[in-house]
Parts: sequence; C-alpha cells; structure tokens
Amino acid sequence: MSQTAYHPRWHRKPMSVWWWLEKPAYARFVLREISSVFVALFAGLTLLHVQALREGPDGHARFVEWLRRPGVLALDAVILAFVLLHAFTWFHLAARAVALRFMGRRVPDGAIVAGNYAAFLVASAVVAFFLTRG
Amino acid sequence: MQRLTPFLWLLFSAGGTVAAFLYPVHVALLGLAIPLGLLSPAGFDAERALLGHPIARLYLFAFVSLPLFHWAHRFRYTLYDGLQVKHLTPLIVVLCYGSALAGTVACAWMLWSFPR
Repeated sequence: MSQTAYHPRWHRKPMSVWWWLEKPAYARFVLREISSVFVALFAGLTLLHVQALREGPDGHARFVEWLRRPGVLALDAVILAFVLLHAFTWFHLAARAVALRFMGRRVPDGAIVAGNYAAFLVASAVVAFFLTRG
Repeated sequence: MQRLTPFLWLLFSAGGTVAAFLYPVHVALLGLAIPLGLLSPAGFDAERALLGHPIARLYLFAFVSLPLFHWAHRFRYTLYDGLQVKHLTPLIVVLCYGSALAGTVACAWMLWSFPR
C-alpha cells in the first residue's frame, strides 16, 4: 500500500468511443490502421487463387469467372484504394522510422521517400511482367 | 507474450513492407485490370508453371503470411485504441494472431503440396 486512504482521486475526462471522428487527422489515422483489414482480405483472396490453381483448369476457370462478378470487382476496387493508402503512408513513415546514414551524413527524408517510390515502381513492373501476357 | 512483442513488431514491419511494395500491383492487375479485360492474364498453364518454381512458392508464402501478421498486429491495436476493449485483450490476441497463424499454415500446406 503506497497510498493513504486520503489519496486524491485523479480527474480524467472520459473519452468517447468515437474520438477518432472529432478531427480529420484522427479519422485519417484510423483509416490508415483499417487498411490492414483490406491487406488481410487480399491475402485471403490470394489463398483462393492458389487453391483454384491446385484444382486444375476447371477450378481456375471458375475462380476467374467469380472475379468478374460486379460485387467482387467492387470489393477489389475498395481493396486497391486501401492498399494504396497503406503503401503511400508506409513510404512516408519509413523515412521517419529509419535514420539512414551515408558517408557520415543523415540521408534526407525526401530521398528515402523518393527511393521508396522508385523501388515500388520497379517491383510493380517486375510483378506485372509475370502476371500478364504482354 | 511480453517476450514475443519485439518479434511481433518485426513481423508487423516486414508484412507492412511486403504489402506496401507488392499488394497494389497484384490487386490492380488480378483484381481489376485482368477481370475487366484491360490486360491479358498469364493464364492457367503459365501460372501453374510459375508456381512449379520453388522461388515463386517462397515468394507467395511471404506474400501471404507476413502481411497477415501485419494485419493481426495493427488490427489488435486498432481495436484496443478505437473501441476501448482492454478487458478483451486475451481474446483479441488469440483471434488476431491465431487467424494469421492459421492462414500461414494453410498457405504453407497449399504451396508444399502444390501439384508439380
């Protein structure tokens, strides 16, 4: 017991569960965090894709057909918006999280962000080469 | 749990990096451009041949598993901050990391037993 019976009671303002709607910056923060849900959804879709490939040409054809349904296309559009939000916020945060040094000087944040975007474009081009018949 | 936390943060950043660099192009092509007929897909034979290669299977394993742990970690704290459900922490921890682990095991098994 490190307190007496007369210890002051702290005043704490109760926070609403909806605190993140009070300011745009808070809402943006929550949207960024929620992007992870759509990342997980696409990981799940990828598992379905692998399963379709395992099943053979018929299973794969059914999966390709399913991807063309309007509801699935709409879901993919929402997933794309959120994974882009994730990617852009991630590229900018990385610059603050990583203190990169080169020749004894700290690499400016802008250079790290630019490097991220460049790597993103290269990686996207390589993936596109494998996923499409150009 | 305390001792696992640094490792979970490591998985969070690894998964976040994989998702940031690779997910947009996968979603844009496989989810939209190809189903809408804007681009031609590689096709069943090419995709299956690609996954016949161990490097492609390893790529896909990291592609699925790491971002699942990224989600588990981020979503866990979103629930914690957003919904004020500290008392449910054990349940949330089990559900989040448990789902990520289940997805990882399923992915490993599907790729390990992939028809060659």
